[in-house]
Amino acid sequence: MAAAMPLALLVLLLLGPGGWSQAEPPRDTLREELVITPLPSGDVAATFQFRTRWDSELQRERASHYRLFPKALGQLIAKYSLRELHLSFTQGFWRTRYWGSPFLQAPSDTDHYFLRYAVLPREVVCTENLTPWKKLLPCSSKAGLSVLLKADRLFHTSYHSQAVHIRPICRNARCTRVSWELRQTLSVVFDAFVTGQGKKEWSLFRMFSRTLTEPCPLASESRVYVDITSYNQNNEPLEVSPPPTTTYQDVILGSRKTYAVYDLLDTALINSSRSLNLQLKWKRPPESEAPPVPFLHAQRYVSGYGLQKGELSTLLYNTHPYRAFPVLLLDTVPWYLRLYVHTLTITSKGKENKPSYIHYQPAQDRLQPHLLEMLIQLPASSVTKVSIQFERALLKWTEYTPDPNHGFYVSPSVLSALVPSVVAGTPVDWEESPLFSTLFPVSDGSSYFVRLYTEPLLVSLPTPDFSMPYNVICLTCTVVAVCYGSFYNLLTRTFHIEEPSTGGLAKRLANLIRRVRGVPPL
Amino acid sequence: MRSGPPATLLAWACAGASPPSGLGMRGGARPSGTGSASEREAPGLTGAARRVGARTGGGRGVVGPRRPAMGLLSDPVRRRALARLVLRLNAPLCVLSYVAGIAWFLALAFPPLTQRTYMSENAMGSTMVEEQFAGGDRARNFARDFAAHRRKSGALPVAWLERTMRSVGLEVYTQSFSRKLPFPDETHERYLVSGTNVYGILRGPRAASTESLVLTVPCSSDSTNSQAVGLLLALAAHFRGQIYWAKDIIFLVTDHDLLGTEAWLEAYHDVNVTGIQSSPLQGRAGAIQAAVALELSSDVITSLDVTVEGLNGQLPNLDLLNLFQTFCQKGGLLCTLQGKLQPQDWTSLDGPLQSLQTLLLMVLRQASGRPHGPHGLFLRYRVEALTLRGINSFRQYKYDLVAVGKALEGMFRKLNHLLERLHQSFFFYLLPALSRFVSIGLYMPAAGFLLLVLGLKALELWMRLHEAGAGPDEARGVPGPSLAAPPVQGVGLTSLVAPLLISQAMGLALYVLPVLGQHVAAQHFPVAEAEAVVLTLLAIYAAGLALPHNTHRVVSTQAPDRGWMALKLVALVYLALQLGCIALTNFSLGFLLAATMVPAAALAEPHGPRPLYAALLVLTSPAATLLGSLFLWRELQEVPLSLAEGWQLFLAALAQGVLEHYSYGALLFPLLALGLYPCWLLFWNVLFWK
Repeated sequence: MAAAMPLALLVLLLLGPGGWSQAEPPRDTLREELVITPLPSGDVAATFQFRTRWDSELQRERASHYRLFPKALGQLIAKYSLRELHLSFTQGFWRTRYWGSPFLQAPSDTDHYFLRYAVLPREVVCTENLTPWKKLLPCSSKAGLSVLLKADRLFHTSYHSQAVHIRPICRNARCTRVSWELRQTLSVVFDAFVTGQGKKEWSLFRMFSRTLTEPCPLASESRVYVDITSYNQNNEPLEVSPPPTTTYQDVILGSRKTYAVYDLLDTALINSSRSLNLQLKWKRPPESEAPPVPFLHAQRYVSGYGLQKGELSTLLYNTHPYRAFPVLLLDTVPWYLRLYVHTLTITSKGKENKPSYIHYQPAQDRLQPHLLEMLIQLPASSVTKVSIQFERALLKWTEYTPDPNHGFYVSPSVLSALVPSVVAGTPVDWEESPLFSTLFPVSDGSSYFVRLYTEPLLVSLPTPDFSMPYNVICLTCTVVAVCYGSFYNLLTRTFHIEEPSTGGLAKRLANLIRRVRGVPPL
Repeated sequence: MRSGPPATLLAWACAGASPPSGLGMRGGARPSGTGSASEREAPGLTGAARRVGARTGGGRGVVGPRRPAMGLLSDPVRRRALARLVLRLNAPLCVLSYVAGIAWFLALAFPPLTQRTYMSENAMGSTMVEEQFAGGDRARNFARDFAAHRRKSGALPVAWLERTMRSVGLEVYTQSFSRKLPFPDETHERYLVSGTNVYGILRGPRAASTESLVLTVPCSSDSTNSQAVGLLLALAAHFRGQIYWAKDIIFLVTDHDLLGTEAWLEAYHDVNVTGIQSSPLQGRAGAIQAAVALELSSDVITSLDVTVEGLNGQLPNLDLLNLFQTFCQKGGLLCTLQGKLQPQDWTSLDGPLQSLQTLLLMVLRQASGRPHGPHGLFLRYRVEALTLRGINSFRQYKYDLVAVGKALEGMFRKLNHLLERLHQSFFFYLLPALSRFVSIGLYMPAAGFLLLVLGLKALELWMRLHEAGAGPDEARGVPGPSLAAPPVQGVGLTSLVAPLLISQAMGLALYVLPVLGQHVAAQHFPVAEAEAVVLTLLAIYAAGLALPHNTHRVVSTQAPDRGWMALKLVALVYLALQLGCIALTNFSLGFLLAATMVPAAALAEPHGPRPLYAALLVLTSPAATLLGSLFLWRELQEVPLSLAEGWQLFLAALAQGVLEHYSYGALLFPLLALGLYPCWLLFWNVLFWK
């Protein structure tokens, strides 16, 4: 679900009281699949999905016997009464403008009362995150689609995102009984330019340096889908080998798609050559023109220069020729950027655009970031600019990171929208349709749901010169010593009026007596 | 014990604060008045004072009642001696200080003051990079195609560039901009400028577009720079095939050289500093960490010249230059600074003398405040940048594009390693050679000594003014407030207001009128707009000299000497403050102006050989300094100017200075017009005080 986060860790935790009725004897299934999609830019996206479903009331039964469902997660659910969990690690950035809308499904049916949301834009994702993720799979990386998950290839990509989603699924209409679903997804985008030496051809071997040899024996479904939709009407530009046994058509992300389907459980498929190495060739070399632009994409940047003030600007592009649609924009900004809310301006086509809903929660220093949520209507074929000014705060000197001159990250803003479809789809029953449709956003026919993440920002804050403390100490000590010395001198000195010595011993004596009596001296 | 007032003055002057001008006269005289007042009030205070004294058991010092508070802090007798010393030895001290300043500056080229450069940034220092760029033929082909397309279309071949950048795998965007210059630029032959910048972004696979590097090539009608475009494209193709990029790389080809760069930078940061109209950018790549600008005019080069001086004398972090130098050495490239080779022999006198030439060239360039290449405009946005220029002269050894490409590849790979912005090394430095530098701590004393002359002179005037007012008092050694106070209070503001206002108004006219009145001038005189601007500039400048200098006569009837002394005091302090501020931000400009203006400013007075002083003043006025700098500049470059050429160059430089203020935000013109010229007029006023 973390569609577009760079090096990000995203946690959506829904904690709440458990409480469902008695369940049947546990029954679990594993379904795995791989969707390969050539992107408009010529790159290739591969999305794996492993879905383990367990008909067990984990929170009630305290299950002790685990088969396919990983015990570590099962115990987590049982112990903390977890309602829902989404965790994703992403490296790279989903370039919506060039790659189209992201394929990952947004969490639906969320109950926002117990929502926790966090993003760590600085976190690095690497092999050590992949290995434990792979261990959650029943076949690990021994058989089935997971043999393709070779770390050195997966991390040589333009985009890498791995995620774990846990949620309960109702088993009947009234939701009296639930099953637990664990969905592990991994999507990568291979840079066709680098891996294909400039040619936009690919094969499983070229991408993963592995081929498929056998299905996972524990899986009840194991399929590979290849997007062979022809964008031009006249002829099919690409060719897949081996030729698919079946094809599947559906409306995905608002447009009609055709998929070649390879079922690994179909023994004929692998037996013929002992391994399955899918290949795709372009019949005509794809022209290097600007790819089609998706209806909704966004860009975010910091404007201004200098270390005092700045402006956060988000550009929201609606490229639909005649339909306007609303977008929900969620921004969390760290407290050390002090937002000036009165400078919030939203303009579309040169006119002010009044959001129909604004929720703002101000930051508290060192405790809580700013939260800004707005519902904005994007006019057809327009660019909407949302900008807000900020001032860069000075941190305490121990609060700076070890590399303060690198800058400080501002997490991406989240855009959620119902984007109009090109082709009206028919609402489908998810359980009946191929599993991969869960990868794609909800479609109600006339529009589809999209959640986008903008790029994270790097903002420099004013930093002290950390090599200076010695000089500063010397300087301040000198200043303090000089000032202190003279002020002390001034304050402790007494001021007498020195009078010419008149009068002799008698007067002094008289004065002494007067002083003893408390009478002013002569 | 009546030495309070001079001691007070000295304390103020020593604290570095300017003595309160004009009104200061009264302040200086006040102690004697307040002294008597406190004496009168003393009986009322004594009770409390005595009780305090009794309680604390008595202090160390016992102070007379007429002493002002400042006098408490030090021994007045010794200070008076020091004041007398300053007064008596003022002239020798000034000369000494001036000579010391100049000598210190000249000594900067010699080894104890110049240090070897060293890489401070860890991320760039220790890692090894193997350059693999081998696209020399590709670069030449790109260059040839670009030149052909350019010749065919007569402008930047935007469509071809877009297509080529896309074919090497970049995300390509364009930006169109237009700008109407305040008056026609005759050097570059442009007035209404509109163009298109093309840039391609290589997205680093390891990051989320939070940081980027820029490689930029400026193109314009007079310098096509096609080899640089070819090399940029070939490098882009090579870089695209690599997997190690952790930062995005922006390949930027700008139209109308610096105007395009300025338009792109303003649009990238979404600000409008100079009023240029441009279309918003469609693609961005986060915070730019560093930029390299490239200018090549032939397929082979004999040397690579590096330029660091940017807009308003800003300099990039020294580490960027060190990085360039590292790869020059590694690739065996011949690299020059200010077009001068690095001296090899530092032990004899030749090396330092050669480096002195380089140093002077750098000072002249930095002082001009011009962006000496596209890199100069990046510096405002805190993007460390430098410009590399390929020079093809008649030397024997030539390098092809591969050698340059390898150096650039190495630089970009090392910049790619950066974890933080470049910040470890120096931002303020002077370069006597490519591998030697003078840090700010070592060169500032030179400017300090020169400014000290102004300080000493101001001090002397201040004390003389006081003596003139309190002279009899001082001589007799008895309190005589009635003698000192009344004439002193009369000096003050009134006689200074008129000259100050008039000279500031002249400055304002100099700043505003030439550009504002260019059309009027062009209508009434047979000149073009650009000429009109320059000639108006000179006319107003000269008119300032002929202004009435006797306005003080109308408003004031005091002793004439006090009037000019007060005015000169104000002018000296004003000049010292201005030069001090300039020297802090742009040392070269500050030093150059100080070295020329200080002697005349110190000497100017209405007595003595007036024509001589006047000639000296005119010769050291800001405009004359500019003219002199041009001659010195060409002399150091070993292309001496004839007088006529020099005058033409001077006129062109004036026009360029005004244009650069409007098109890039260079501050030299307003600084001279609004700050230094009025200040200089004050001295002129002093000289002709009657």
